[in-house]
Amino acid sequence: MSNRVLMKGNEVIAEAAVRAGCRHYFGYPITPQTEVMHYMATRMAEVNGTMLQAESEVAAINMVYGAAAAGARVMTTSSSPGISLKQEGISYIAGAELPAVVVNVVRSGPGLGGILPAQGDYFQATKGGGHGDYRNIVLAPASIQELYELTVEAFNLSDRYRMLTMILGDGALGQMMEPVEFRDVEPIENVAKPWALTGRKGRSEHNTVTSIYIEADVMEAFNNKLQAKYAKVTENEIRVECVDCEEPEIILTAFGLVSRICRNVMQLAAKEGIKVGLIRPITLWPFPSQTYAEIAAKPSVKAFLDLELNCGQMVEDVRLAVNGAKPVHFHGRTGGNLPTQHEILEHIRTLAGRNA
Amino acid sequence: MKPVFTRTTGLTDKPFHYCPGCTHGIIHRLIAEVMVEMNILDTTIGVSPVGCTYNNYEYFACDMIQAAHGRAPAVGTAIKRVHPENMVFTYQGDGDLAAIGAAEIVHAAARGEKISTFFVNNAVYGMTSGQMAPTTLIGQVTTTSPFGRRPEFEGYPINVSEMIATLRGAVYVERVAVNDFSHITKAKKAIKKAFRVQQEGLGFSMVEILSTCPTNWGKDPVASLRWMEDAMFKQYPLGIYRGQDLEV
Amino acid sequence: MARTEFNIELCKGCGLCVSVCPQKIIALRKDILNSKGFHPSGVEDMDRCTGCTICATICPDCVITVYR
Ligand SMILES: Cc1ncc(C[n+]2csc(CCOP(=O)(O)OP(=O)(O)O)c2C)c(N)n1
Ligand code: SF4
Ligand code: SF4
Ligand code: SF4
Repeated sequence: MSNRVLMKGNEVIAEAAVRAGCRHYFGYPITPQTEVMHYMATRMAEVNGTMLQAESEVAAINMVYGAAAAGARVMTTSSSPGISLKQEGISYIAGAELPAVVVNVVRSGPGLGGILPAQGDYFQATKGGGHGDYRNIVLAPASIQELYELTVEAFNLSDRYRMLTMILGDGALGQMMEPVEFRDVEPIENVAKPWALTGRKGRSEHNTVTSIYIEADVMEAFNNKLQAKYAKVTENEIRVECVDCEEPEIILTAFGLVSRICRNVMQLAAKEGIKVGLIRPITLWPFPSQTYAEIAAKPSVKAFLDLELNCGQMVEDVRLAVNGAKPVHFHGRTGGNLPTQHEILEHIRTLAGRNA
Repeated sequence: MKPVFTRTTGLTDKPFHYCPGCTHGIIHRLIAEVMVEMNILDTTIGVSPVGCTYNNYEYFACDMIQAAHGRAPAVGTAIKRVHPENMVFTYQGDGDLAAIGAAEIVHAAARGEKISTFFVNNAVYGMTSGQMAPTTLIGQVTTTSPFGRRPEFEGYPINVSEMIATLRGAVYVERVAVNDFSHITKAKKAIKKAFRVQQEGLGFSMVEILSTCPTNWGKDPVASLRWMEDAMFKQYPLGIYRGQDLEV
Repeated sequence: MARTEFNIELCKGCGLCVSVCPQKIIALRKDILNSKGFHPSGVEDMDRCTGCTICATICPDCVITVYR
C-alpha cells in the first residue's frame, strides 16, 4: 500500500524523527522551522514521547546532550541564530562522543538577518562552528522525500558512529509542500549503548559521560581517536549525486535547493548544445572530494560553476578538491534571493565560450 | 568494638582533589551516604558542574555525567525525562548555578522537574581563583572586586533559595550549612528530604549548602568556618524556604 | 571504649578535626609527612576517645573511621 502524502518540509522532519524511533525532542521557537515543534507537540504525545519547549537554544542543546547520554534517540531543530547558540552543546556532544540529530533550517544572516532561505551556514556546519577539533556529519537534502530519508538515516549514522549528524536545510525546504512516501518499515538500526547512563542497576562499575581530558597526552589520544573515527566516516559514508557527468563541458555544482534550479538549467543548456553536468554533494561533511577530482580530470571538462545561496563557502572545498585542474567559478545570491535560470544560463554560455 | 563511622560505599575509592579543609568534601560525603541509606545508588544519575567539582563524576559511585558550565539543570531535565524511574541530581557551585546557569535553574524549577539540585554557595568562584560570584557579600574582597563588593558598582548578592522558593514548581527549598556537627547533621537530613521529594514525584527540590573556600577567602580552614557563621549566615539565613509542611 | 583510625594518606592536615574534638585529643603530627606532603592528624590519647564521631563528620576527606 502506498503511503504517499502531501506534507510540509518541517512536518516531514518531525514525522521522520518519530518513525526513526526518536522519542525526545527539545526545541525553542524560531522561524522558519517552528512547525517542527508544533507537529512534535501532538505527535510526541501520541507515541508517549517528550516534546519539551526549552527556555533557550542553549538549554535545548544541553537537554539533547543529557538525553543522548541517557541512551535516547534525540533531536533538536532550529534556524541559524539558534544554531549559533547551540554550538556550546554541539562541541560537548562531540567531546563526549554522543549520538544526536540537529536540524538547521537555514535563514539568511549574519546577525538576526532575514527569515528567507539561505546557505550561509555552510562554514559553521562543516568546519566546526563550536570550539575544538571535531566534525559533524552534515547532510543536505534537496527534496522533501530526501529530507525524510536523510532524517531517518541521520539517526542511524549518529548511533553507528556516536557522533552528531546535522541536517542542513533551508527556509524553502522547510516551508514547501511536496509528496512524500513513508516506507512502512523504516531501516532503523538498533545499536547497543552499554556506555549510556541508566543507573547502575547491578553494574559493578558506574558509567560516566564527560568531555574533560585534563592531561596533555590523554587529550591528544582522545583527539587522535576522534580523527580515526572521522577517517572511517569519510571512507564509508560519502554520498554524492552526479548527473550527466560522463562527458560534460561545464560542471555545475550545488547542494540542497539550488541543485533543483541547476537541473532545469541543464535542459536549457542542452537545447543550445552545451553539455552540462551536475555534482550535488549530499554529505557536505564528509565532502565528496574524490568525485570532483575524478571529474575534473576528464578532458571534456572546461570549467566548474559552483552555485550557492551565500557569498562563496562550499566553493572553497570544491577548489581544494579540483586542486587547480580546471577553473572553478562561483555564482552566489543572498538575502533570500535565488539565482534565476536565465542568469545561470548566461554564466554557462560565457564559460563555454558561446557568447557571441 | 564495632565501626560506627566508615567511608561510604556511595563514593568511589578515588581521593578528593580539593584544597585542605574545603567543605565540598563534606557535602560529597553526605550526598553519597544518603544515596546508600536510601538504597538508590543503583538508580541515581548525577550531573557534575563546571567549577572545582567539575570531575566529581569520578567520586560518586552512581552513574554520572559532566555538564557544560551552568547547564546541569537542562542536562538533568533531559535525563529524568528519558528515565523517569531513576533519581537525578545536579551538583552546582554559585558561579555555575547563579551566574551563567541562572536561566537553566530557574526554568527547571519552574517546570517542576523531578530532580534534586545541591547548590554549593561559597560566595566566590573557586576554580578560576576567587573572582566575585553572584553570591559574593557586600564589602567582600575578591580578585575581581579588589575594593570589596560595592552595591553601586558590582550590585547586590543573589539569595538563590529565596528566589527559587517563589516558583510553584519548586516544592522543597532549604538552606543549610556544613560548619559544625549539628549543622552537618541537618544538612544531611535536608539532602535526604530532597531525594524523598523526588522519589515521591512531587516536583523540584533544591538544597543550598553554605560552604567554605579557604584558598580563595585567604583564611585557614577553621577560620573559614567562623567567617561563614559570622558573615554568610547574615546574608543567607538558614532555614526552609519552601515546603515547611512537607511530610516525606 | 572507643577508637578512631586515621587513613593518614588521605589526610590534608586541614585541622578541622583538631578544632572540633570535644576531648581535645587530636593533633597534627608535626613529626611525620604523608606522601602528599601534609602533616596528618592523629589521636594522642586514645583512652579518652568517646567515639562521638564529631571528628569524622567534619573531615572533608573521609580520613577517619570510628569504632565504639
Ligand atoms: C563557558 C565557560 N565559561 C567560563 C568557564 C571558566 N570557569 C570554570 S570554573 C568557573 C567558576 C566556577 O565557580 P563556582 O560555580 O562558584 O564553583 P566553585 O569552583 O566555587 O566550586 C569558571 C568561570 C568555563 N569552564 N566555561
Ligand atoms: S578553590 Fe576553594 S572551592 Fe575550590 S577546592 Fe579549593 S577551597 Fe574548595
Ligand atoms: S570520636 Fe570524638 S572524642 Fe574521639 S577523637 Fe573523634 S571527636 Fe575526639
Ligand atoms: S579533618 Fe580530616 S583531612 Fe583535616 S586534618 Fe583532620 S583527618 Fe586530616
